[in-house]
Amino acid sequence: MPVDSYAFLPRSFRALYENPPRLEGEDDAVWAPFEGPLADATIALLSSAGLYVEATQPSFDVDRERAEPGWGDPSWRAIPRSTGQGECGMAHLHVNPTDTLADHEVSLPLRALDGLVADGVVGASAPTHYSVMGYQQAGLADWRSTTAAEIIARLRDEHVDALVLAPT
Amino acid sequence: MPVLARHVERAGIPTVVVTMMPAVAEWLLAPRIVGVEFPFGHTFGMPGDDAVHRRVLATAVELLAGADHAGTRVDLDIEWPQSRGEAYKSWQPAEPSPIVKLMLERRSGDR
Repeated sequence: MPVDSYAFLPRSFRALYENPPRLEGEDDAVWAPFEGPLADATIALLSSAGLYVEATQPSFDVDRERAEPGWGDPSWRAIPRSTGQGECGMAHLHVNPTDTLADHEVSLPLRALDGLVADGVVGASAPTHYSVMGYQQAGLADWRSTTAAEIIARLRDEHVDALVLAPT
Repeated sequence: MPVLARHVERAGIPTVVVTMMPAVAEWLLAPRIVGVEFPFGHTFGMPGDDAVHRRVLATAVELLAGADHAGTRVDLDIEWPQSRGEAYKSWQPAEPSPIVKLMLERRSGDR
């Protein structure tokens, strides 16, 4: 049974999400072959839940978003592999944060990845995982010009073999 | 999010997108897609449901290793443990987001 992509979306929003216009230069297939085996691969995670490490990192800029509703903070946060439950804050005005704050695995499954490593399914969890804030309209140009390039540079520095992205 | 996946993929690093909106990710040409029929804000399941978190993530990494062409999509058949109405209500923020608030204000101004 295929997933209903609009099952939880308010009906009046559906037209905004159904077949949205593709960005310029984003209308062809892209493909990087996975060089296995998976059991030797280093995997990183990226969540768009607006997570940040409360003790050491600034929140995403929700004050500016409140003042400019078409803008979303396009910056990113490096979430260390060792981040424990309760250490992440969440700055995302478009979803209820309660369940992710109760258990960050809901959006960024660091422990589940550790479990797959422990069982030999995956080689390693990358030293760094990633968080962005997924509501991007005006900020999308910054994601494309800056955020993506910075994340790619970090992935390369840490010899990451593949990235799992999880929209919120 | 598919746009970020495409940038990373174009840089030579394989990606998989786990999403509640696989049809949109497909349309936006994400290279590999795992679909989940979960409410927004719950990409890997309910808090504390380690078995579901692991199942979703394992499906994603297995797709990384197993897909052989762009646009490969796998939908997971996992029933959400709340009623549809309860889940629909509970994923939404207590206050409407700024853009939704603005849209509602504009709509009521049109009346």
